[in-house]
Amino acid sequence: MPVGRQTPLFKLHQELNARIVDFGGWDMPVQYSSQIGEHHAVRRGAGVFDVSHMCVVDLHGSRVREFLRQLLANDVARLQSLGKALYSCMLNEQGGVRDDLIAYYLGESWYRLVVNAGTRDRDLAWITAQAQPFAVQVSERSDLALLAIQGPEARAKAAQILPSAAATEALALPTFVGRELGRWFVARTGYTGEDGFEIMMPAADAVPAWRSLNALGVASCGLGARDTLRLEAGMNLYGNDMDETTHPFESGLGWTLAMTPRERGFVGRAALEGIERAGSPRKLVGLLLEDRGVLRSHQKVIVPSVGEGAITSGTFSPTLERSIGLARVPAATAERVQVDIRGKLLSARVVKPPFVRFGKSLVS
Amino acid sequence: MSQLPADLKYTKSHEWVRALADGTVEIGITDHAQHALGDLVFVEVPQAGRKVQAGEACAVVESVKAASDVYAPLSGEITGGNPKLAAEPEAVNTSPYREGWLMRLRPAPGALAAAALMPAAEYQKVLDAEGG
Repeated sequence: MPVGRQTPLFKLHQELNARIVDFGGWDMPVQYSSQIGEHHAVRRGAGVFDVSHMCVVDLHGSRVREFLRQLLANDVARLQSLGKALYSCMLNEQGGVRDDLIAYYLGESWYRLVVNAGTRDRDLAWITAQAQPFAVQVSERSDLALLAIQGPEARAKAAQILPSAAATEALALPTFVGRELGRWFVARTGYTGEDGFEIMMPAADAVPAWRSLNALGVASCGLGARDTLRLEAGMNLYGNDMDETTHPFESGLGWTLAMTPRERGFVGRAALEGIERAGSPRKLVGLLLEDRGVLRSHQKVIVPSVGEGAITSGTFSPTLERSIGLARVPAATAERVQVDIRGKLLSARVVKPPFVRFGKSLVS
Repeated sequence: MSQLPADLKYTKSHEWVRALADGTVEIGITDHAQHALGDLVFVEVPQAGRKVQAGEACAVVESVKAASDVYAPLSGEITGGNPKLAAEPEAVNTSPYREGWLMRLRPAPGALAAAALMPAAEYQKVLDAEGG
């Protein structure tokens, strides 16, 4: 079996008896003991995830804002205060999604991006090429580990492993804001639908930090739980729910597009304007399976007298104790659909994601 | 470490078979299989009366992560599925050899003798070879 890339926490994951799987070329922990147990730990208490496989990229240069306003479909000019983060798609000229990412505004000539692991190499190549005319320096921060600490108790627990001055500052961070606190960059962001932090730290700090969090009762959580948590939270997964062949309007990501000011010419804009004028023939919706079974990606969705679509992400929701999913369906799809699961047509209800937020069910 | 009851027979695809007193057999998946799948959330068992061939996919076990087929270890007619699993699929995780049985089957004539079933020690070698 070929060995993938490993994060600074790999040996600790093995020591903790994690089941290791390949994730976009990385050897990552999918679960430690029970995926459902880890999921509930995050909804009810606190859990920690190793997301060091994600790619942190620093951009420096006097024209960096101008560069990002061309590169990204959301507008970094919306970031008014230092540390503020923005979720954005990075598009190709056809309006397809190259990747989704977070951009942090860290200075007049410094922004930081966090992009997906599976798209790392082609993202870096694309960003570097696009940055050249703006003389923006692109540096991959492979020296950093990235830990996500998530759940209703996550911030309070994580603060206990920070020096006291830093802890006070960390606890004062507004949502979607990050700050350098000593050697660590602490951000109040996440991918679970719960409160929490994502912390970037020098690789050597990661193992002691993880052990300290475990000692405080923060559960080790794998990428399996991360997937059920993000899907309950109605968040897209790149490669499943959108990719280079699908555009934001049919991926539930229209809200991330900054179409004004009209004079901002970003990559993909012309294609998006055409799609917006014509109206997207497809949309991404949430589905709640009413029969017993489990929605999985690629299952066929039948919309009576309208057409067909497909599940893009599906799972069993541990919080709702039933199956949920995201599906790309014809724009005219109303409330009810059928899903073909192994040749049986099961009924599902169209709902607006998220399904779960801050531990509470948002669907009936 | 997987536990392997000595009174059962096993398949390479990780099913187990128990001979019952009435001449039918009970079928489930092994401790190794349930562990590899993770937390089960849905189990689909065949209807009584369905005739199956050895090696035919006849039940589905789904964990949070994925769906897996369960194959008939021998040919015969299904006499019933485990009714408890509709509400408690996790019984396959907690008690793979007892509470978590999947289905019962009446072997076709000669099917039991013809089936490629292994005793525990031989199945253990399969697991060792898989690195389990």
